[in-house]
Amino acid sequence: MISANLSAIFYLISGILFILALRGLSSPETSRQGNLFGILGMIIAITVTFLTVGNFSTSTIYVFIFLLVGGAIGAFIAFKIPMTAMPELVAGFHSLVGLAAVFVAISAFLNPDAFNLGSPGDIKLASLIEMSIGAAVGAITFSGSIIAFLKLRGIMSGSPITFSGQHILNLLIGISIIVLIYFLCSSQSENFFWSMIAISFLIGVLLIIPIGGADMPVVISMLNSYSGWAAAGIGFTLENTALIITGALVGSSGAILSYIMCKGMNRSFFSVILGGFGGDASKGQEKKKDQKPVKSGNAEDAAFLLKNASSVIIVPGYGMAVAQAQHALREMVDTLKKNDIKVSYAVHPVAGRMPGHMNVLLAEANVPYDEVFELDDINNDFANTDVAFVIGANDVTNPVAKTDPQSPIFGMPVLDVEKCKSVLFVKRSLSPGYAGVDNELFYRENTMMLFADAKKMTEDIVKNI
Amino acid sequence: MEIDPFIFRFSIFILAIFVGYYVVWSVTPSLHTPLMSVTNAISSVIIVGAIIAALASSSGNIFEISNIFGFLAIVLAAVNIFGGFLVTQRMLQMYKKKKKNKK
Repeated sequence: MISANLSAIFYLISGILFILALRGLSSPETSRQGNLFGILGMIIAITVTFLTVGNFSTSTIYVFIFLLVGGAIGAFIAFKIPMTAMPELVAGFHSLVGLAAVFVAISAFLNPDAFNLGSPGDIKLASLIEMSIGAAVGAITFSGSIIAFLKLRGIMSGSPITFSGQHILNLLIGISIIVLIYFLCSSQSENFFWSMIAISFLIGVLLIIPIGGADMPVVISMLNSYSGWAAAGIGFTLENTALIITGALVGSSGAILSYIMCKGMNRSFFSVILGGFGGDASKGQEKKKDQKPVKSGNAEDAAFLLKNASSVIIVPGYGMAVAQAQHALREMVDTLKKNDIKVSYAVHPVAGRMPGHMNVLLAEANVPYDEVFELDDINNDFANTDVAFVIGANDVTNPVAKTDPQSPIFGMPVLDVEKCKSVLFVKRSLSPGYAGVDNELFYRENTMMLFADAKKMTEDIVKNI
Repeated sequence: MEIDPFIFRFSIFILAIFVGYYVVWSVTPSLHTPLMSVTNAISSVIIVGAIIAALASSSGNIFEISNIFGFLAIVLAAVNIFGGFLVTQRMLQMYKKKKKNKK
């Protein structure tokens, strides 16, 4: 048994180690060390908790058993999961943090003595508010992440589900959560607590269903942020510094990522959250189709163009992830490099389904990270490049975003691929991307469409070079 | 007049938000996915509350409802801790391999 003061110091240390864990991610060189700091912080926090509780009894053994069971499941998932499934894995993990927060809050509500919060029916007001916030945010994180998971996994359609009065309904539910917390505080009645949690689960579902597939980077970051605030809420209840610091870190981290993602799409956070974007895809542009000529080619033509280029920029997108084409792509690039062709990669901030999605896939395929560039760093290079090889990206290359103020994607930062001497566009069909906007690039003189599965096409090109 | 301890915790909270703000802006965009998985793992420090909840015994019965919720939370958080840190490590390992492979 160690004193409360000593354990508070240790919790502070683990909070600092968590800060260092995030700090380490500022460069790939220091990132692994950072992760070790994070693990160390976690070990300290758990050990100190055992020592503070002190009485080693049969339940301690059960705690270890449950810890190991959970740990084994987690480790199994971590080793088995393919890198392409990372977005749904992260969404799934968020849901677990949310649910754990709900459970801890329930436990604290039922047995407040154990946490020094008063006695059942007479819980300190501040603690009651804190645990209610923790439970509500946790519940929203849980059910919201489950919906995000189902959408990312493809079990649920990625298209937005909207109905009239949706926003008003959400608003009413939001207000009733606050009202229930108020009644809970004044009456200490269990019923208010349970109903508050139940409708929090409900609103989590309602908040995420209207948000479409390609807005998922924002959703995942937002849920990441929520899971942090839930943890912080519980941290206040438990008066635990490690939890408060971590909750604040994670909360602000998720918020920043959401901001970066919104900026990458030139959309306000609220327009993403209110959802419904991309809902009326394929309405406006049907008539225009088939009128403009499209130049399409096969693997041989593409190989010819690539072989005779002296510089190539690869623009990967979600389609590459779906087709799992990253390894084939890397093979193609290796072949090109052998022919003394300069190759780099251009990654748009919202390419894929989560922040950094493309970078991880390229890393998996052993692409050196110093060949992968962010939008701002590479956009000027397109003008001096022979071939842009667009694989599975669409909206992020659409020049309409720069020229047509009427377009829904106007103002979104895009990669200037059209400035290259020629553009190779690997895509299965001419269908518009997520935003429902026809890509003007398809009809340009210097564009050659390669209609095929991204992986198969890339492999065929390798054979032909 | 004495200051409520809540204010101290609140100060820590606000300062940590600022620390988080500056630290996260310095994270390189190519590591944003590992950032998400590692924040996931560290937010599972909520296991601390779960352990307290599971070990609390007022009546001598270690499987009171409140304990059971504690145990369940331990499992969930443990999945996250091990899964989160290991998958982060796995990803970061890929960023290393490439450096060696560079010919």
